[in-house]
Amino acid sequence: MAHVPPARHLLRAKDLADARYFEPLGVDDLARAAGLSRAHFSREFRRAFGEPPHAYLLTRRLERAAALLRATDNSVAEICFSVGLQSVGSFTTSFSRTYGQAPTAYRASFPPASHLVRVPTCVVRAYGRPQNRTFREDSGPVST
Amino acid sequence: MIKIANAQLWVHDQDEALAFYTEKVGMEVRADVTMPEMGNFRWLTVGPADQEDVSIVLMAIPGPPVMDDESAEQLRTVMAKGFAGTVFLTTDDCQASYEELKGRGVEFTETPEERPYGIDSGFRDPSGNSIRLTQVQMPATV
Repeated sequence: MAHVPPARHLLRAKDLADARYFEPLGVDDLARAAGLSRAHFSREFRRAFGEPPHAYLLTRRLERAAALLRATDNSVAEICFSVGLQSVGSFTTSFSRTYGQAPTAYRASFPPASHLVRVPTCVVRAYGRPQNRTFREDSGPVST
Repeated sequence: MIKIANAQLWVHDQDEALAFYTEKVGMEVRADVTMPEMGNFRWLTVGPADQEDVSIVLMAIPGPPVMDDESAEQLRTVMAKGFAGTVFLTTDDCQASYEELKGRGVEFTETPEERPYGIDSGFRDPSGNSIRLTQVQMPATV
């Protein structure tokens, strides 16, 4: 049996975020999935994927929320809770910062016909996930 | 007429990949040949039992002189990060296939969900390759 590259364990954590973003999941849970301590995990995840795990989890949730805003008529609060976020206020703030407009304005900017675009979900999820935007200074390039 | 015969997928460990694609995904072995005259190169292919003319080549990452150590290490890392490629499988019944594979221990990264093009789900192989499992249902009219 060949030696398993360390990144394979980090991918388990990333997959967990993609699979169970709708649960009250946090960085501690992701670190556990990778079998690493939280601090070590955050460092290694960022080194491997270019962004910290909390940012990956948040942008996955925002991507799913944006998809639901485009594809359903569920309320903003319902969508917020259904993607694993617990505060509508924080959700609206994060969403507006990331997409440049509030959830309701974002929804209004898409015509209903958007549901006719048939692109595989894996593509929607990979390419639709936004770049994390933060006012803090933790989004710069990875320093080594 | 040009047709697809085999498509190649890098794998971390051929025995592990073979067990996964046959015992868990339910494919059959098409070829498993080791060639001593070629540095014990192992040509290993699998495919669905009901689709005889297409198969996946489960290719081990070679060492020198075929591939230099640095490239092999980069490839192993890219694969472990999940960026080495995707296999798109289709099924007549996504939910049933999902239950069947889940029952055999496949861990899904996406459970079956309705999409405009059908019902879609996804999982990974032990190497980190992404596998889609889709029940394609195109609307009759656009």
